[in-house]
Amino acid sequence: MGEFGWHVAILGVAPRKSGRALSPVATSVAVMTTHAIEADHLVKHFGDTVAVDDVSFVVPQGTVLGLLGPNGAGKTTTVRMMTTLTQPSGGTARVAGHDVLADPAAVRRSMGLTGQAATVDELLTGRENLRLVGQLYGLDRGYIRRASDDLLERFSLTDAGDRIAKTYSGGMRRRLDLAVSLIATPPVLFLDEPTTGLDPRSRVELWDVLRELVADGTTLLLTTQYLEEADQLADNIVVIDRGTVIAEGTPLELKDQSGAAALVVTVSRAEDLGPAEALMRPYVREVHVDAGARQLTAPAEGLGHMTRVAGVFDDSGIVLDDIGLKRPSLDDVFLHLTGHRAEDREAGPDDPSETDETSTDTSTDTRETVR
Amino acid sequence: MTTLERPEIRPTGLLGQSWSIARRNFLHIRRMPEMLLDVTIQPVMFVLLFAFVFGSSIAVDTAAGYRAFLLAGIMAQTVAFASFIVAVGLTADLEKGIVDRMRSLPINPSAVLVGRSISSLAHSSIGLVVMSFTGLLIGWRIHTSVPEAALGYLLLLGWGFAMIWVGIWVGSAMRSVEAVNGVMFATMFPITFLANTFAPTDQMPTWLRFVAEWNPISSLTQAVRVLWGNDQPLAPGAAFPMHHPIPFTIGWIVLITAVVAPLAIRTFRRRTAA
Repeated sequence: MGEFGWHVAILGVAPRKSGRALSPVATSVAVMTTHAIEADHLVKHFGDTVAVDDVSFVVPQGTVLGLLGPNGAGKTTTVRMMTTLTQPSGGTARVAGHDVLADPAAVRRSMGLTGQAATVDELLTGRENLRLVGQLYGLDRGYIRRASDDLLERFSLTDAGDRIAKTYSGGMRRRLDLAVSLIATPPVLFLDEPTTGLDPRSRVELWDVLRELVADGTTLLLTTQYLEEADQLADNIVVIDRGTVIAEGTPLELKDQSGAAALVVTVSRAEDLGPAEALMRPYVREVHVDAGARQLTAPAEGLGHMTRVAGVFDDSGIVLDDIGLKRPSLDDVFLHLTGHRAEDREAGPDDPSETDETSTDTSTDTRETVR
Repeated sequence: MTTLERPEIRPTGLLGQSWSIARRNFLHIRRMPEMLLDVTIQPVMFVLLFAFVFGSSIAVDTAAGYRAFLLAGIMAQTVAFASFIVAVGLTADLEKGIVDRMRSLPINPSAVLVGRSISSLAHSSIGLVVMSFTGLLIGWRIHTSVPEAALGYLLLLGWGFAMIWVGIWVGSAMRSVEAVNGVMFATMFPITFLANTFAPTDQMPTWLRFVAEWNPISSLTQAVRVLWGNDQPLAPGAAFPMHHPIPFTIGWIVLITAVVAPLAIRTFRRRTAA
């Protein structure tokens, strides 16, 4: 825990403090031009449950923010407040300079939202889905037709454009859902777990599309449970857990916090551990031996380095089961930041972080999952 | 990279938005014509079943006999079921996140409900047309003037309008289409049968007759029969609404709408804004 506190101090991410530091600039004009999205002490209660507890962050224009957290952390509720779908119990948010409480209509004109479930109309064709939302935005007919063609092409749906969405695969529905959110080319885009349930190929394809959007000047906020996804796309990451911001920074900063990648060598026979350690030592900064797992762990220094280390075992007579890089996962981040694992939400009273998290309880999780 | 062209977003107004949403619901019907079964095959089947199965054993005192008597009853039942259509459609949209998607767009939030009302009224109208033709085939006729005939249809549609609010209320309160089906079958069937819709009330036991004749559906059915000249002379001891069915029907439409609409809107808001 001491180490954790130290990292937090470096990054200056004690959430409440950073939130408070925001408020003096909250009303200035500069915010409107530099911050496309601004969460300002957002709070949401559901009965006695605090789903979101004083969440503040800013997203500069043209950047990507990854809102990272496990199921039930309050990501969806935060997005719903920022997109005018639900009223904050406290605090507010601004999207493209418009306050969600004071001018929700202007917020809706400035943003697109792709919700957690692919909310396309199954009985309409891809093109009809685009047209419906285009009409509701008040776009003119010709524009809708042109934009639909462009979007269908960009999302590889041209051939499927005139088929009803019921016949689409999961990945196609997701892409159509995103295309529909883009029909009016909103400057700000909210994506709630855009790749959940997608196969790896569709996921990578979607990432490419999102990168293009950002390159074209769109500001993106995406929620995700996957560190990898945030790492791939986000300029900045805000980690939330149990409704509060527990860390924020660039992907690099967060990875430093959660420990660097490790080079892990697994030997086949336990008696080889000693000789293997001796062989490796000149090539690595330090090495840790785990006899039970027959594993040697060293700080990773890139793929070339891993190949060199693998080379020392050639002709050594030591049989390796495995050699590889272990990257820090969301679990590692959470373990470091909170002392509990990301997915283990039933941690209970022996969870060391439980004591200072009394404002939330696990019933938040079910609420969000159900929705 | 260049900044994208951002199109002009024009305010569209509640009516335009509602119409877009209603058109989407019509597309649903085109894609799934079986959605129209409830206002086509089903009432036609009812007309034929009742006309030929019970027709011979239920004695009524009207020009064309039981078949003429029956038609207003079936039509009243069908428009009452408009609530069913609305509730099922709304629950499905809520479940699938379609309502949230629409609420995230720069539109009047009421457009979702108004659009559904428009398509539901159109849906019911189709049913009324289909049943009218079926009726004509089996000997039902309107014996009154055009304005009276039109008022009959108007009352039926007005009833459909009031029922839309019931549908929005139930649809917003229920968590699944299955639950909606359960609730609506359990309530709408007894309500539409415990009335003068399919059989005259004067042969019923006293207490049942009282309930049936005060049933709002009976006012509607009786009003339509009177307006179309399909009514039989009132039996002695008929309840008060049976003597004044038209004002009672209008009163019920206003009352149901006035009571249920605010409840429906409140439940819908609560469901969607959580």
